[in-house]
Parts: sequence; structure tokens; C-alpha cells
Amino acid sequence: MTYVFLAGLLAVLVGLALFIARALKGPTIFDRLVAANSVGVAAIVFLALFGFFTGRPEFLDIGLTYALLNIVGVFAVLKFFRYGGLGSAGEEP
Amino acid sequence: MILDLFRDLVAAALIIGGGFFVILGALGINRMPDVFTRLHAVSLSDTIGASLILLGLAVESGWNLVTARLVILVLFLLFAGPMATHAVIRAALHAKLKPLGADESAEPGSAVEKGAS
Amino acid sequence: MRLAAMFLVLFGFWLLLSGHYTPFLMISGAAVSLIVALLGFRVGYLDEEGLPLERIPAGLRYWPWLVKEMAKSTLDVARIVLNPRLPISPRLFRTRISQETDIGLVTYASSITLTPGTITAIYDREDREFVVHALTEAGAEGVREGTMDRKVRQFEGRAPHKPAAGARA
Repeated sequence: MTYVFLAGLLAVLVGLALFIARALKGPTIFDRLVAANSVGVAAIVFLALFGFFTGRPEFLDIGLTYALLNIVGVFAVLKFFRYGGLGSAGEEP
Repeated sequence: MILDLFRDLVAAALIIGGGFFVILGALGINRMPDVFTRLHAVSLSDTIGASLILLGLAVESGWNLVTARLVILVLFLLFAGPMATHAVIRAALHAKLKPLGADESAEPGSAVEKGAS
Repeated sequence: MRLAAMFLVLFGFWLLLSGHYTPFLMISGAAVSLIVALLGFRVGYLDEEGLPLERIPAGLRYWPWLVKEMAKSTLDVARIVLNPRLPISPRLFRTRISQETDIGLVTYASSITLTPGTITAIYDREDREFVVHALTEAGAEGVREGTMDRKVRQFEGRAPHKPAAGARA
């Protein structure tokens, strides 16, 4: 079973490298944001797999926290680039 | 005994399959031509790949609190993923990015003006 | 009734995430759950939308169908990504929606987005339409056909809406 976890870890690592390539390359801000969101999800999966790989599933709690932060981060960045700040209540710029 | 082997096989299939879809999504995000099509490729790795791997881990760990946590994580990803995708595509349309092959009835500019509220 | 259900859900969530069953943690968990449930009663998120108990039986019928649809379109998109010629034909189109409640609308929009190959871009309140982006013409056809719309309608579980409700916009 250890080898299966290792294979999963390797697959996620390859995915991470490709996502980061797109994040660096992406022509628009949205390309980078999409790639960054995927890096976040891949990191959650990586944490879960790594926890099982080393026999310490407590890593899952960190993964849960990371999932919550990830989605909030996406909305924060989007709002920031639309309104130029996080404070406005949503009126047109 | 045979049940353990069966469980390991199912878990391994789920984890390997999930890893395959993660790589596929990552490949897709590099191959697709614009933001909108890239979002489709990403849903392959973010929802399908991640859920499959986490479900595989849940099958492997058996009935305990770790499984409950994994299931909560999968449900959270399934509920939150569409919202992030929707926010990104809406913001991209609002920034007047023109998707490939948009048809007349849903001309991006007008659609956003009408849809904004 | 809904208060008790909310308390049980919150307390169950606490027990699942904590994993330490000492008396002090159990009691503080119960206290926090009770406070949050009472707050919900006071602030008003303890309604059909905040805790959709009535939708659970319908959800148990709807989700397996959704998983099946997701599996089908996942294979389609995977085939497209692996194809060296990348046979995509992106579409942005409008589709009619027949849901009345907010739960139904969110479920339909999220289901479209969860299915790989189609993404809900905009909800047009006045015309009661979604603007959907699809990766291929076939995927767009699948949404226009309206099977998912009908399934979500069943999941939502109200009587089919009268023409007057549609004209209200």
C-alpha cells in the first residue's frame, strides 16, 4: 500500500509542476488565479496522501484548514482585482 | 483476510485513478487555448481527481474518525469548487474577456450588463 | 424541532472533528452547539434554506444520478484532453431555468458547474435564464436538452410553477 501512496504523491507532484508552469506563463490574471486555486487543491490532496504515507493522518486537519483558506483566498483576490480593495460593499467602481 | 485484500485493491484503484485525473487536468490547463476552456480542464483535476484520491484514502482507513474527516473534506470540495469556478468565470466575463465561439444571444458584454445585480 | 435537529447536527460535527472524548470537551461542545443553535433561532438561519432537512430524501435520489452524469462527462473531457488534435468547440449560450426556490437555483447552477465540460457563468434574474459556457457542442446540447433541469425540479419538490410566476419577472 505504501507504493500506492507513493504513486499518488508522485502524480500530484507532476500535477503541481504543470499547474505552476501555467501560473507562471498564464497571460491573464485569471489564468494565474485558476492555476493557483488548483495548486491549493493539489496541496490539500498532497497533505492527505503524505499523512497516510508517513502513518500520521493528523495532517488531514491541516488539509481541512487549507481548503477553507483556499476558497476564501480566491474570492478575496477576485474582489481585490475588481474593486481595487477589499473594503467596498460591492458598488460599481 | 480476503476482505482486506479487496479493500486495498479498491483503494489503490481509486488513488491511482485520481492521480491520473489530476495529471490529466494539469495537462489540460496547459493545452487549452483560453481561460474559459482552461476552467473546464481544471474541473477534471480539482473535483474529480481530488475526490477520487480522498475517497480512496477513506476506503483504505476503514471506519473511524479519519474517514469522517475525509468525507467532510470531499463534501466541502464538492460544494466550494463550483463557487470558485463560477466566481472566476463571472469575473473574467466582467473584465470583457471574449471567449472563443460565443454566439449572438449571449454576447459577453450585454450578458454581463443584464446579469449584474 | 428544527432547533433540536440543528443542535444534533452541530454536536455530531463537533464529536467527529474533535476525537477527544473527555467530559470537559464533551460539555463545552454541547454548550457551544446549543448557543449556535439558539443564535440561529434568533438570527433566522434556522429555516428551510439554512437546514434543508426536507430535501434529504430527494437529495438521496438526486445525488447518485448526478454522480453518474459527472462520470460520463468526465470521460468525455478526458478523451478531449488526451486527443492530440484537441477537438473543442467552445460555446457560450443561454438556457431556460424552471426552478423557483433559491435552493433549486443553486443546486442547478452547481450541478452544471460540477459536471466537467459545462460551467454556469451568469444567472439572469429578469429573463430566468442561465448563461452557460460549454467546452463542446455536444456538452451544450446536453444542457439545452433539459434532463438535469427536470431532475433538479423533482429534487426541489414544489408543484410545477404557474405561467404567472414566470411572467412576474
